[in-house]
Amino acid sequence: MGIHWYLVVSALIFCIGAGGVLTRRNPLVILLCLELMLNAANLALVAFARAHGDMGGQIFALLVMVVAACEVAVGLGLVVAIYRRRLPIDVDDLRELQG
Amino acid sequence: MSVVFFFIAAVGAVAGAAGTVMLRDAFYSVLSLVCHLIFLAMLFLLLRAEFVAAAQVIVYAGAVMVLYVFVVGYVGGMQAGLTGPSGRGLRIVSVLFALALFVELAIALIGSGVEALDGKGAPYEAGFGEPATVGSQFLTTYLVAFEIASLLLLVAAVGAVILARRRSGLADAREVSVTEFLRTPLTKGDEPEGTMIEAGGPAQH
Repeated sequence: MGIHWYLVVSALIFCIGAGGVLTRRNPLVILLCLELMLNAANLALVAFARAHGDMGGQIFALLVMVVAACEVAVGLGLVVAIYRRRLPIDVDDLRELQG
Repeated sequence: MSVVFFFIAAVGAVAGAAGTVMLRDAFYSVLSLVCHLIFLAMLFLLLRAEFVAAAQVIVYAGAVMVLYVFVVGYVGGMQAGLTGPSGRGLRIVSVLFALALFVELAIALIGSGVEALDGKGAPYEAGFGEPATVGSQFLTTYLVAFEIASLLLLVAAVGAVILARRRSGLADAREVSVTEFLRTPLTKGDEPEGTMIEAGGPAQH
């Protein structure tokens, strides 16, 4: 298979994730869709690493995984904190920071 | 043979992604994402990224998703749902935006004409994608990035604990106080200093 088919799959997953971030209102699901987008980027990085025979892309993909894990930890901490305060878990209702 | 495996993995990954976005229950979304991650690991294996695939299954599909499952179980049955009072027009625009983004990306990727992308990739070298190579690269060329990543993980773990801990010591549950978190039992009876009150510490009666 040519490398560009992997990139097309990556683009498709990225767009599904982007659509999910835009349409869903539950912050947990929005975090899941962010994971989808990060994974699509990972797939593109690994595909480019294969295309060029360079390990840098795979290293970068592993670092993206680390950043995604941090994002999940802080995001889920926020969701738990929101839940403890009996606030609605809905991004349309949580708009106090809006200017 | 690799074409068959690519097709299976690609269809599975895209179906898992679609399920994550479309399923109503957040719990099923998480399970669908686990499915997506495992098929994505299969794609990584086809691209000769063995270590990345293993890390994907162990770290992502194992550890991170367990965290998700626990939080979904803790927060409980939320009425998620795609539709909402304010959502309908916005939803159509969002789907259109995602479709337009995909069409644009696909045109750019397929019609790019970059030679490296048309073939099966660079010739295989021994050790490409193996754990030993990844480890030696991390400890030589990418050492700074490796150390910064470990620092970032530490900061994120501390931040998550501060965000999610139970605030039983505070009079008002809405109050957020880092000083209360940092106070050890040894200094529990001490008089608070001015800086603690300024920092929003617990009121002394």
